[in-house]
Amino acid sequence: MAAVAQPKLDALSARLAGLSAPEGGKWARAARDTARARLEVMGLPAPRDEYWRFTRPATLNAPEPVPATVFDHSGEAPVFGAIDRLKIVFVDGVFDAEASDPLALSGVEIEPLDEAARADIHWAREVYGVLEARGQNPVERPFATLNTAFAREGLVIRVTGKAAQPINLIYRHASETSDALIHHVVKLEPGADLTLLENGPAAARLNKVLEVEVGEGANFHHVRTQGRAHERQAVTHIFARLGRESTFKSFTLTVNGLLTRNECVVEMLGDDAVAHIAGAAMGDGSRDAFHHDDTVFVTHDALRCESRQVFKKVLRNGAVGAFQGKILVKPGAQKTDGYQKSQSLLLDEDSTFLVKPELEIYADDVACSHGSTSGAIDEEGLFYLRSRGVPEAEATDLLVIAFLADAIAEIEDAGIAEDITGRLEAWLKRRRG
Amino acid sequence: MLKINDLHVKLEEEDKAILKGVNLEVPAGAVHAIMGPNGSGKSTLSYVLSGREGYVVTGGGATLDEMDLLDMDPEERATAGLFLAFQYPVEIPGVGNMTFLRTALNSQRKARGQEEMSATDFLKLVREKAKTLKIDADMLKRPVNMGFSGGEKKRNEILQMALLEPKMCILDETDSGLDVDAMKLVSEGVNALRDKGRSFLVITHYQRLLDHIVPDVVHIMSDGRIIKTGGPDLALEVEHNGYADILAETV
Repeated sequence: MAAVAQPKLDALSARLAGLSAPEGGKWARAARDTARARLEVMGLPAPRDEYWRFTRPATLNAPEPVPATVFDHSGEAPVFGAIDRLKIVFVDGVFDAEASDPLALSGVEIEPLDEAARADIHWAREVYGVLEARGQNPVERPFATLNTAFAREGLVIRVTGKAAQPINLIYRHASETSDALIHHVVKLEPGADLTLLENGPAAARLNKVLEVEVGEGANFHHVRTQGRAHERQAVTHIFARLGRESTFKSFTLTVNGLLTRNECVVEMLGDDAVAHIAGAAMGDGSRDAFHHDDTVFVTHDALRCESRQVFKKVLRNGAVGAFQGKILVKPGAQKTDGYQKSQSLLLDEDSTFLVKPELEIYADDVACSHGSTSGAIDEEGLFYLRSRGVPEAEATDLLVIAFLADAIAEIEDAGIAEDITGRLEAWLKRRRG
Repeated sequence: MLKINDLHVKLEEEDKAILKGVNLEVPAGAVHAIMGPNGSGKSTLSYVLSGREGYVVTGGGATLDEMDLLDMDPEERATAGLFLAFQYPVEIPGVGNMTFLRTALNSQRKARGQEEMSATDFLKLVREKAKTLKIDADMLKRPVNMGFSGGEKKRNEILQMALLEPKMCILDETDSGLDVDAMKLVSEGVNALRDKGRSFLVITHYQRLLDHIVPDVVHIMSDGRIIKTGGPDLALEVEHNGYADILAETV
C-alpha cells in the first residue's frame, strides 16, 4: 500500500483535535474505535485524490466550519408540508424531542442514536459503521469514517412491517457556526416498507451518513431536499445494502448551497434487487458560489439486479456541477441491467459540468450503459413556446423543468413529486424577480 | 389586418437576401394563399412575421392592425393575435401537452389583462376543441408533439389555433406530410375557424390543400417577391402547368 500523503494526515490531526468521541456502550464504543483506527490510516481527502479532483475538500476538512448565514424561510410552506408524515426535528444537527412528533409509528421502531449507543447490546451493531466500512473499498470515503467515529446524533430505525406514514427528518439551521455530524441507521426487515423524507439545511456545515440495510423483498423510498441556504456546506453519504428482490429508491433535490458533495454507495447482494438513485440540482453562482458533486458507486454482486442512476443539473452564472458515477459488475452477476445518465443544462457560458462515468464489468451476460450530455436550452423549443405567447423567461423555466423531469419521475409518490416540482418552479420564479 | 410593405430580409449568418421586397395586404376575414417553388422565401416570410431569430430585416416593414410587428418579441406578436402553424411542429420532451396549451392560453390572457382560466374550465374547453379534431386524451397527456405522427402534429397545431383564437393565422405548409384523410380533418378544423374577424395566410406548394381551404386570393412567390396575384383559379393554373409558365411570363 502506498504511503498516505502527509498533508492528508496533517489535515486529519488538525480536525481530530477539535473532536471528542461520544460516550457509548460496548458495541458503539467498538464501532467508533474501529472507525477511528481506519480513519487514522486514511487521512482526510486531498485535491490529488482521484475522487476529489472535481471538488475541493479544504472547507470540509477544516477544523472549524466557515460560518453560514441562517436562511430565512419564513412565509414559505414547509417542504413535504402537505404530506401526512411523522416529523422528527434536528436543530443544528441535534435531535429536538420537543419539536418532534413522538417517536412512535406502527411498523417501525425509532430510537435516537445516542440512546441506542448506550446499550451494551443492540441490533444496530450489525449495520452501524458496517455498511460504511464495506463502502470504503475500492474508494476511500474518509468523511464517512470520521462520521462513524464521532457522530453522536442520529436515529436508529428498524422497520418491521409497512410503515404507517413516511418519516420526515427536518434539519433546521439556527447557529451561524454550527458543525453537524449526523449518522442514521435504517434496517428494513424482510418485506418491510418505509418512505424516508429529509429536508432542510441542517447546519453551517453538515456531515451526514445514512446506512440502510434493505432486507429481502423490502422497499425503501427516500426523497430529500437539501435546503436553500446559500452558504451551507455539506458532505453526505448513503450506504445501502440490498437483499433479494428488494427495492431501494433515492431522490435528492439540491438548490443553492456553497458546496454539496453527495455520495451514494449501493451494494446489490441479493438476486433481483432494484436500485434507483436520482438527483436534480439547480445552481446559480451569482449570489454565492454553487458547487454540487454527486459521487455514486453501484456494485452488482447478484443475479438479475437492475440499477439506474439519473442525475440532472441546471447550472448558471458560474455554477459548477460534478458527477462521478460508477457501475461495478462483479464476476457472476449475470443478467445485470445497469444504466447511468448524467446530464447538465448550462444556461450560460460561465458554468461548468465535470463528469466521470465509469463502468467496470466482470460478467459476460450483462446490459450496462451510460450517457452523459451537456447542453444549452433548446432554441427551437424556446421559439415554439414564445410563438404561442409564453414570455421568454417563463418558456425557459418550462424547458428547465422539462429537462429535470426524468430525474423527478424517479419519485414514486405522485404527491411528493408534485411538491418537488412546485419547489423547483417557485425557485425559478424567484430568480425571475 | 396584415400589411407587408416592401419587406427585405437576409440571413443573419450569411449575406444572402431571401426576401427582396414583399408587398402583401390581407384584410380582415380574408383567406390568402401563397404558392411558390422551393426556395422562393415562403417559409422565411412566415418565420420573419412570427419573430424567429436568424433573420435580419434590411428594409420595409410589416404591421398587424397598424402595430409594428417586427418591433415585437415573438410572445408579444402572439398576444397581438398572430399565430404560426409550424411546418415542423417542435417536440418538447418533458412538457405535457396540456401544460403547454394551458400555459400558452393563460400567458396570452395575462398579457391582455384578462383573468387566467381555471384548470377545470380549461379542461372543459380543451376537451371540446380536441374532440372535433379527433385528438384523444392520450395526445393531450403526452409531452408536446412527442411520438405524434405527422398528422397528429398538424392537428395539434390546429388545436392550438382553436384554443388561442388568433386573428391572423399563418399556415406554413400545413399539408406537408398529411394523407388525404388527415388533410381533410385539418382543413375542416381551419374552416370552422373562418370568421369575418379572422384572416388566414396559407402557404403551400400544392393546390390540393386549397381544394379544402378555399382562398379568396392566391399569390405566387418566386425569388423573394410576389410575382403574380389572382383568384382561386391561379392555383389551378399552377396545378396544371407548374410554375414555369408563370415564372417565364414575369421575367
